[in-house]
Amino acid sequence: MSEAVVSTLAIGMIGGAIRVGTPYLFVSLGECITEKGGRVNLGLEGILVMGAMSGYALSYLSGSPWIGLLCAAAMGLCMGLLHGLICSLPRVNDIAFGIGLMLLGTGLAFFLGKGFIQPQAPQLPALSLGSFIADPRWRSALSINALFPIGVLLSLLLHWGLRSTRPGLALRLVGDHEGTARALGYPVATVRIIATAVGGAFAGVGGAYLSLCYPGSWSEGLSSGQGIMAVALVIFARWRPLGCLAAAMLFGAAGALGPALQSIGISSGYHLFNAAPYALTLAIMIASCRPRQTLGGTPGELSLTR
Amino acid sequence: MSELLRERALVLMRAPGSFALAALPTLLAVCSALAMFSLFLLAQDVSPLEALRLMFKGAFGSSFAWANSLQRAAPLMLTALCVALPARAGLVVIGGEGALALGGLAAGSVAVMAPSLAVKAAVPLMVLMGALIGGLWIAFAGMLRQWRGVNETIGSLLLSYLGIALFNHLVEGALRDPASLNKPSTLPLPESWMVGAMPGLEVHWGFAFGAAACVLAWIFLRWSVPGFALNVVGGNVNVARLVGLPVDRLVIGACFAGGAAAGIAGAFEVAAVQGSANASLLSGYGYAGILVAFAARQNPLAVIVCAVLVGGIGASGSLLQRRLGLPDAATLVLQGLIFANLLAWEALQGRLANWQLRLSSLGARDV
Repeated sequence: MSEAVVSTLAIGMIGGAIRVGTPYLFVSLGECITEKGGRVNLGLEGILVMGAMSGYALSYLSGSPWIGLLCAAAMGLCMGLLHGLICSLPRVNDIAFGIGLMLLGTGLAFFLGKGFIQPQAPQLPALSLGSFIADPRWRSALSINALFPIGVLLSLLLHWGLRSTRPGLALRLVGDHEGTARALGYPVATVRIIATAVGGAFAGVGGAYLSLCYPGSWSEGLSSGQGIMAVALVIFARWRPLGCLAAAMLFGAAGALGPALQSIGISSGYHLFNAAPYALTLAIMIASCRPRQTLGGTPGELSLTR
Repeated sequence: MSELLRERALVLMRAPGSFALAALPTLLAVCSALAMFSLFLLAQDVSPLEALRLMFKGAFGSSFAWANSLQRAAPLMLTALCVALPARAGLVVIGGEGALALGGLAAGSVAVMAPSLAVKAAVPLMVLMGALIGGLWIAFAGMLRQWRGVNETIGSLLLSYLGIALFNHLVEGALRDPASLNKPSTLPLPESWMVGAMPGLEVHWGFAFGAAACVLAWIFLRWSVPGFALNVVGGNVNVARLVGLPVDRLVIGACFAGGAAAGIAGAFEVAAVQGSANASLLSGYGYAGILVAFAARQNPLAVIVCAVLVGGIGASGSLLQRRLGLPDAATLVLQGLIFANLLAWEALQGRLANWQLRLSSLGARDV
């Protein structure tokens, strides 16, 4: 392989890490907040698809992608709230209800989004950071969507918030030891419901990124399981928001492998290359999990890693 | 003597009461799901009564509709077992779709590898291959959980995605029939290999196979020693370890059996419906099977009934599409609503246990 080909591939992967990784970032931050409170929401996959559909629909109807984005966040908030409320009932399993929400969200999005497959909705704007570079490959790699910097800011904010603010500490306490939180007078169920709702809003934004930025249209095959992989990604990031940022970039690069290889003319076996994020997720989980032993940083009340 | 008879009679009288109580949350869940679905349809300017009437007609309104429903129920029973069997050991496995795809691919590849086989050898070989590949795929998720502590819900779904990618890669690559232009498929099975309909019905033998598998699974769980051991593992894994049960082997075995069931579902879809392995296999039977298993409360006998009902929902989709112009995802919405409601109404179960206790104590006082 010549040097030019390798550099095209590398630039493609770097650009792809940001482009493909941004939805992972939002969904994993959402899952991180939810899991910090001691609950797992596998329904983020359904919320993501619903967010993608409603964001695209509202952007098309209103003509403003930002209204679409807001609508996707609100939709995610509502669905997260639903998960939070239902799972606060006795005997309701959060993992099982998450699967239910995943099926319901996908079904609803396919149903309601039928009419929006054809029309083209206005897209969120991109910032070209690389306009001073001559190389067009770098320029397209550095044409970054407005949501990515917002995501980076949010992960910094969360890192600080979880570590040094009162609500952040309350959330971590509720997730780590329910009994202590109760003894200190924190409303455990309420904190969890809020955390799940906020997490849902993040996932909704992640979905809107898919339909309003990249790939940038609404179709039924839009999501390829990002919502589920985000759950694994949070485990890999050990429930740290900055870890989520790094992991999302890694996953983005893996996800960009298929398109990058195609751009240099390797197209055979693209189904396998496109499956690279799944293989990476599985490999990371195999490497980072231990049987009958919890990882450092695991919220103590989490049913996922018990 | 008369005392004993009275006691027997009381037990018999109580049994339907407690059975009805156990079924109550499921019924309430279905009712509230239907109510929500009706509201949803009203919001779309569609008459819910008309839609529900059409759904019933499309599912069970004619012999053709019945055949369609049962044909869909056949793989659903088997993919539901892929959830229900590991669930007995306390696992939530949702990777049935991948196991089904690979099982179907394994069956389809028999026609590629050994096209000159006799029918009597070919069909059992296809089913066996499907079971083996599907079983290994889900057993791997079980191994990862037992040996590496990887959560089986995420692990099995990731394996399912990987399986589907492998399926697409091989169907569009190495195993592709060059004659299949628009729709990549493996080599079509020889006409004589196709599994036919059961006598007097328009439903293929896969349905009987699925129902038999459910009954066998029920007998295994209810009456066999390993079945009992599996229930102990699911009830309390520490107790199971304490009494020296081979927990790892039981869990992985249950996963293998479940995956094998899903793989057989794929094999029958190829051998009785599609005639070759192609993308039509990936029509969501694996995901709908999760709903069936949860609706049946992981009981293999109840799986048969629930699979027919969910199969009916799927079968009614095309009628809704044609008569009312609803998108085909309407049935997905209803399925999702039923699933979410089933889990939410589970909260009632705790209250019910109290009532049940009161009911039986009432009976006891009478004696």
